[in-house]
Amino acid sequence: MKKILEIRSLDFSYHTLTGETKAVENISFDVYENEFLGIIGPSGSGKSTILSLIFGLLTPTSGEIIMADLTDASDKTPIGYMLQKDHLFEWRSIYKNITLGLEIHHQLTDEKKKLIDQMLREYDLENFKNARPSQLSGGMRQRAALIRTLALQPEMLLLDEPFSALDSQTRLSVSEDIYQILRKEHKSAILVTHDISEAISFCDRVLVLTKRPGTVKKIVPIRLSVAEKTPLKARSAPEFREYFNMLWEELHDEN
Amino acid sequence: MKTKSSLPMTQTEFIRRYKQDKKLVIFLRVFILVLFFLLWEGAARLFLIDPFIFSSPVRLIQAFIDLLPGGEIFFHMGITLLETFISFFLVLALGLVTSVILWWKRSISQVIEPYLIALNSLPKSALAPILIVWLGNNMKTIIVCAIMLAVFGTIINLYTDFVNTDPDKILLVKTLGGNKKDILFKVVIPQNLPALISSMKVNIGLCLVGVIIGEFLAANAGLGYLIIYGSQVFKLDWVMMSIVILCIMATMLYGIVRFFEKKYGEK
Repeated sequence: MKKILEIRSLDFSYHTLTGETKAVENISFDVYENEFLGIIGPSGSGKSTILSLIFGLLTPTSGEIIMADLTDASDKTPIGYMLQKDHLFEWRSIYKNITLGLEIHHQLTDEKKKLIDQMLREYDLENFKNARPSQLSGGMRQRAALIRTLALQPEMLLLDEPFSALDSQTRLSVSEDIYQILRKEHKSAILVTHDISEAISFCDRVLVLTKRPGTVKKIVPIRLSVAEKTPLKARSAPEFREYFNMLWEELHDEN
Repeated sequence: MKTKSSLPMTQTEFIRRYKQDKKLVIFLRVFILVLFFLLWEGAARLFLIDPFIFSSPVRLIQAFIDLLPGGEIFFHMGITLLETFISFFLVLALGLVTSVILWWKRSISQVIEPYLIALNSLPKSALAPILIVWLGNNMKTIIVCAIMLAVFGTIINLYTDFVNTDPDKILLVKTLGGNKKDILFKVVIPQNLPALISSMKVNIGLCLVGVIIGEFLAANAGLGYLIIYGSQVFKLDWVMMSIVILCIMATMLYGIVRFFEKKYGEK
């Protein structure tokens, strides 16, 4: 399998008037092509910080982030970022919200418009193109947010607790939707979550962070005996409980 | 069946009452206006008040007609309106550009913030006499006077709104690869458009106040000039007429901005 991301001994500290705080320390891991990597850890362990560092919103104090050059075309961005909430702009229609990233990159070409239309059709939002965000349900909004990210055709997605703002039922169906969409589009992803079940059901490997400063405690490959893994099917796999207990123990040690 | 057939009844009843209430409100509004002018005219006719000092509606209309030949009254109204519009648009431009600069360079805003607050708190009418000396007895003084009155508050309010733009929306633009310019044009300005329009609503009134203060001191035309001139030569009919016209003008200006607010500012 081809490595698409290498993280080597990453440190990050931030400064306030009262002193320096180490957020993460000596983080190393890889992400492979088409792989979904989960990151779990106690709150404050620097889960989201790691994503910000990978994306480049923050600059590491030391360490290396090596991104394989997978993008063959210059009009593609290597990394897409999805936040906890959709943050759709109420003053724009759904369609105009989706094209926001392309507007910023000055890439709103006919080809990209076709791609968006196709995604809208495929993910059941075609009839809501001209609707305002407030007219959509939570699940639909999150799908629109995903299309906004996918329109930039990233190779890898950083998902920062993208389901945590949804109620538990919507959460299951949206994670199912997004899982299938990402698999179909052959993307790699890093999913940050505080939900152990979500990490097991969504990801191929789960990385456990220690409490602050976050370090890599363990990386657990998830192997479930289900025919075609989806987040819902994964939950009924016989090994699910085992993984859950194991990860819960690991996290519990930290609290 | 019974509930089904009774539902539209209550709905029509509701709408009927709603319309009735609305009609009553409009009637009472007009009634108060008419009553006010009738009482004023009546009191003047019966010499309960001295019509020479307090004027009367009929005398107002007479004064208006007297100033009609050659369009003199429209000339004064036009001058006041022109000065108000010029200062209004300058306040809008200056306020917007300054707020954007302050938002862009946080270091500048931190330094000049106390000065802005001091200038905003200063009673601007105190500056008017100095402005005449500095700028002369002309329209420049009047416009600067109106700008002074409105611009500092506009900058402070807009800047505060800009800084308080939803940080998550800013983060979102960053995650889509946006830079500071994108943040300004895709989030900060669109999100604060309603705030901008509501500050315009305040400003149109403030500019009119500033223009009238300016005209009191440095003018040979405009409604403010007419008021001062009228009171000096004891033509109080002119004064009262100018005040009534100002009242109508202010309401109409507010209405224009309100129209734009309904169109663009609200969802």
